[in-house]
Amino acid sequence: MARAVTQQRKIINTAAAWGVGLLIFFPILWTILTSFKTEAQAISDPPVFLAFDWTLENYSVVMERSDYMRFLWNSVIIAGGSTLLGIIVAVPAAWSMAFVPSKRTKDILLWMLSTKMLPAVGVLYPIYLLFINLGLLDTRTGLVIVLMLMNLPIIVWMLYTYFKEIPGEILEAARMDGAALKEEILYVLTPMAVPGIASTVLLNFILAWNEAFWTLNLTAAKAAPLTAFIASYSSPEGLFYAKLSAASTMAIAPILILGWFSQKQLVSGLTFGAVK
Amino acid sequence: MSLHKSLAAATAMTLVMSGAVHAQTTVTIATVNNGDMVRMQGLSDEFTAAHPDIQLEWVTLEENVLRQRVTQDIAAKGGQFDVMTIGTYEVPIWGAQDWLVSLNDLPAEWDADDILPAIRNGLTVDGELYAAPFYGESSMVMYRKDLMENAGLEMPEAPTWENIKEAAAAMTDKENEIYGVCLRGKAGWGENMAFLTAMANSFGARWFDEEWKPELNGEEWATAVNFYMDLMNNYGPPGASTNGFNENLSLFQQGKCGMWIDATVAASFVTNPNDSTVADKVGFALAPDNGLGKRGNWLWAWSLAIPAGSDATDAAKTFVAWATSKEYTELVASKEGWANVPPGTRTSLYENPEYSKVPFAAMTLGSINAADPTAPSVKPVPYTGVQFVAIPEFAGIATQVGQEISAALAGQQSVEEALDKAQALTADEMEAAGY
Repeated sequence: MARAVTQQRKIINTAAAWGVGLLIFFPILWTILTSFKTEAQAISDPPVFLAFDWTLENYSVVMERSDYMRFLWNSVIIAGGSTLLGIIVAVPAAWSMAFVPSKRTKDILLWMLSTKMLPAVGVLYPIYLLFINLGLLDTRTGLVIVLMLMNLPIIVWMLYTYFKEIPGEILEAARMDGAALKEEILYVLTPMAVPGIASTVLLNFILAWNEAFWTLNLTAAKAAPLTAFIASYSSPEGLFYAKLSAASTMAIAPILILGWFSQKQLVSGLTFGAVK
Repeated sequence: MSLHKSLAAATAMTLVMSGAVHAQTTVTIATVNNGDMVRMQGLSDEFTAAHPDIQLEWVTLEENVLRQRVTQDIAAKGGQFDVMTIGTYEVPIWGAQDWLVSLNDLPAEWDADDILPAIRNGLTVDGELYAAPFYGESSMVMYRKDLMENAGLEMPEAPTWENIKEAAAAMTDKENEIYGVCLRGKAGWGENMAFLTAMANSFGARWFDEEWKPELNGEEWATAVNFYMDLMNNYGPPGASTNGFNENLSLFQQGKCGMWIDATVAASFVTNPNDSTVADKVGFALAPDNGLGKRGNWLWAWSLAIPAGSDATDAAKTFVAWATSKEYTELVASKEGWANVPPGTRTSLYENPEYSKVPFAAMTLGSINAADPTAPSVKPVPYTGVQFVAIPEFAGIATQVGQEISAALAGQQSVEEALDKAQALTADEMEAAGY
């Protein structure tokens, strides 16, 4: 009896998980489907799900109109650069907070997180003026710095949480064996926290890839990433939903594929503390 | 040839080539994503072929994002763009601030006198032309000829609001999802307030009196907004408070609207058989009036302007002159037909016998000529602009007013409440701005 109930519950849980998963994925699926429709089919009422004349025309129009590879390359550099820089800054910061905390560590962590509560638009103008003076407008370097700073509180928090799970005695043993601070962080701490660091890297790469406020406001023609590529297909005067969907699909495809292949690492990293 | 000579020749070639590259001036153009602008981008190879010393870089953005980006850039003197696509709202404000380069010295063959007077007036400040119009638009009535015929009615070429109400009542068939009239309900200064401001003009209403005191709780505004609510509640589609241009276009193309009063640029969409199920059944009429001498149509021109901080002013002027020239019009006509030529800017286009065959050409010209940005309402006003007031504060104020009226349309408050709130918030904002 107990076995039957467990089996039943398992089926219900699985069905519920699939239901929630599909619900979350549905907007993306709809965008992908719309990208293969004509503009007239994209707005038809009632909407058509699969029974339409599939066409690649939208993709061909988008490829003809925009230099997709340039936008893609900018996205890779900006998301990758800001994540890498963030990790380089955050690992020592999280180490000191986790292993040599002071009276104010908790306050500093909370203060760092509180900076995320300020709406980004609140600091747009000062940052824009700074960028003009430093010659960073429409440069990938400028965006790497800004996105790194925007995501730094999250990176530090995540790494701090993972590092807290690592017994301090191991690092102490390394120190007793003569390891200097640099070696302790690089050769002892980092390898032990690889799942945590990997999931932090992945999450921040995704956040930086999808960031649309700063990337739209601080770029023009040269450093514009895929968010600007999508924005160029949106229009309040004209129904271009199929083309917009094609552009969106092309913009999310790389990150979707990356997420698919790294989901195991992402999940194991995010549940790092819970498993312990 | 020896290795040394080969190397020397290669170095010389490289130097010459790099010199040529350095001589190229890059012009960065910020533009909106609509059919005419995208077409211009596609045809710009012709320009660069004729001007190999000028390289064009394009930044295409959604209209509202573009407006925010270029405003921010020009106010902070960011120097990101050499040519900006802006409208008749921005030009008078930015021109008065000396943020734009005067285009009075464009070459004689560009023929400034050929620009339609209503459009030219909207882009001129103190005698200086600050932007070259790329395409102009007004608003008009698009209606279903077949539904009018079934109802036994005929649409006058210049209808009154009562004609519209009568036609809407006759065409509405809610059981078959046909709604007599589709109008903008989505909140925003360029959304429902563009339509309502133009409509209110024809009812004798105005935003401000000559002393800049708001008049939103006056009788004329109440009459106009109540008429709009009556039309929408009785003959409009459900959920109209979230409908903007695109939502109404979609409804009209699917045959669910008897009439749609909106931008003249929509004419080419609703008559396109690839996208519209009613392409061969659409008629056009001037925007309605109320017998007071003003029609409820607006005036807008997407125009190309050069920010004062640009370091490529001469090259930018060359490009602007090309993109807004008669020759460009002919280029589009030769490649994609006269129906796809950017409309509403030049007198010569409407004198062209080929263009007069385009079904919506005459109505577009009539609508543009019926709008006067310097005297938009029946009573005198201290401002310019037909569906807007050309002051920097207007966009913020009208968006808030639009939210109040949209809430009234959604049934959350009465028209009287909405207009009282609109009056109070407008008075506060204007006082804070020092009027």
